[in-house]
Amino acid sequence: MRVVIAEDLALLRDGLIRLLTAHDFEVLDAVDNGPALLRSLVTHRPDLAVVDVRLPPTFTDEGLRAAIAARAEVPGLPILVLSQYVEQLYARELLSDRAGGVGYLLKDRVSDVGQFVDACRRVAGGGTAMDPDVIGQLLARNARNEPLGALTPREREVMELMAEGRSNAAIAARMFVTEKAVSKHTNNIFAKLGLPPSEDDNRRVLAVLTFLNGA
Amino acid sequence: MGTARTAVLPRLTAVTTAEPAAVRLRRAGQLAGLIGMAPVCLATAGLTVSLLGMAWTWVALPLLVAVLAGGRALADGYREVAGALLGEHIESPYRPLHDDRLVTRVIGPLRDPATWRDLAWLWVNGTLGVAMHAAALALLLGGCWQLVLPAVWAAWPDTFHDYYGFLPVNSLPMAVLLAWPLAAAHLAAWWKLEPVLTRSWAQLARSLLASTERSRLIRRVHELSESRAETVDTQAAELRRIERDLHDGAQARLVALGMSLGLADEVMERDPQAARALLAEARAATSTALAELRDLVRGIHPPVLADRGLEGAVQALALASPLPVEVQVDVPGRLPAPVESAAYFAVAEAITNVIKHSGAATAWVRLTWRPWPGATAGGRAANEVTDGRLVLLVMDDGCGGADPNGGTGLRGIERRLGAFDGTVVVSSPQGGPTVVTMELPCASSSPRTSPS
Repeated sequence: MRVVIAEDLALLRDGLIRLLTAHDFEVLDAVDNGPALLRSLVTHRPDLAVVDVRLPPTFTDEGLRAAIAARAEVPGLPILVLSQYVEQLYARELLSDRAGGVGYLLKDRVSDVGQFVDACRRVAGGGTAMDPDVIGQLLARNARNEPLGALTPREREVMELMAEGRSNAAIAARMFVTEKAVSKHTNNIFAKLGLPPSEDDNRRVLAVLTFLNGA
Repeated sequence: MGTARTAVLPRLTAVTTAEPAAVRLRRAGQLAGLIGMAPVCLATAGLTVSLLGMAWTWVALPLLVAVLAGGRALADGYREVAGALLGEHIESPYRPLHDDRLVTRVIGPLRDPATWRDLAWLWVNGTLGVAMHAAALALLLGGCWQLVLPAVWAAWPDTFHDYYGFLPVNSLPMAVLLAWPLAAAHLAAWWKLEPVLTRSWAQLARSLLASTERSRLIRRVHELSESRAETVDTQAAELRRIERDLHDGAQARLVALGMSLGLADEVMERDPQAARALLAEARAATSTALAELRDLVRGIHPPVLADRGLEGAVQALALASPLPVEVQVDVPGRLPAPVESAAYFAVAEAITNVIKHSGAATAWVRLTWRPWPGATAGGRAANEVTDGRLVLLVMDDGCGGADPNGGTGLRGIERRLGAFDGTVVVSSPQGGPTVVTMELPCASSSPRTSPS
């Protein structure tokens, strides 16, 4: 799988390159600023971009902006954004083109190598990987709101794991139930959120988006 | 903070030439009451002077303090009335007292020129001022009296048979003919002169009661040294908090992390199982340390504020709140970073208050920046700067009854904004809604087209 990395701290950049190379990713390019990232993404069109939010030259959300700009040019380009902190606002912006293939994780999640590599593969495959912190903020907020308020506690739990980007099989393993039970829950969730039947992956992204918008 | 002002004559409005008769009549009634205050003014002035003469008898001192305070209250009342009539705010010019000792409370006012100007005003108002009011009132009442005089004659023809003592009145048309032109003359004079007299009185009051440039500067210096001291204190406390947080948090975790790694290194050969457990522990410690650092950084300068400015940061705040918060932002350009930070934390604190105390279902936040009237953009062409003010409104539909002096939250906002000459006003009647209005004078620079 071909990857482009954007990270301005050399130490972390080298760490990411080593980590991903060790797990059979091919690192095409590793850049350290926003404009270079946008150029690299548009030329290489990698299977996945791992991007730090804060990059030179402005040291603000340069990485995020470059990623969103690249997705405007290359629709659905899978991007995994890493950051020292998570903001729902940014999660929403990333997901707003509804194309999926988006991840947004705290940098420290990298330390759990297995899960991180898993998230990389998921995002490259068009899925989502939202940080549990984003989900936590959302749960605090949307406890009462419609239509999310209509979900049963069990369905909310499934929704949370789905938002993190886990597959039905992974959710089933996590919740100690059968995959069939999970798929029943997900269908209920789709119905309650008013998502028409379509390809499962796309519906999952839309469900997560509804969730993030706190609709 | 919203000061509960003693509303002297609450419905008094600025004198203009185009007021309806009803407004003028109401004003005449209100100002007539002030004529009755003349003896009080003169008595206060006289009492102050005679008590000063007796100041060497210590008994007089407490009385002097009381009379001085009374005089100031009286002068403040006149400031409000004159201010209302002129359509402006006349501030109290008094220098603040440094402590509460009896001596200070006597010497302080006596060394304050404003006290002597007050005394002069009490004297002038007790004589000339009252005469002005009385003249206006006499014209009005005289006119009214002439107007009803024919009726009086008709009712008691024997008592009022001579007009002005020498014009005999023997029929109703005669009475009307004599009295009404005079009534018209009086009322016309009143209509013409009353605004002039009232305005002149108010201007006279302002000339003696308003701050002089010097007293304004003295008070300003006092305010500034106070807010600077508070700012310095707050900053020092903040630095101590950060030091403590780092010391007990991230630093301690890193030490623990080093220990776990060291131990793991030692037992690696003998007991790989234990080494693995130690490594897992070390990883958990890094996560906790990072989470603590994140919280710390958010408290110092939230990254989203650096990224997106005030608008984005407040929107992120609204998104993260457990309550639906509607955000409306009308702030062209970027504000100076310290102002953005103060405004952000003020709004954050206000929202926290809403969540904690109000029981509201929805909150609204509105940020507006407006240039001062007549302010023009200055500075270099690339980065134009305009002076203005930022108004932050935080409203909720909760239960109200918030006490500005109750908690530390509002006090903290006040302190934060005070460093920028900002103000906080809380309106929170029982039953709600609560509106917190914060204002910050600040310049805005037009957005830079390209980040350099």
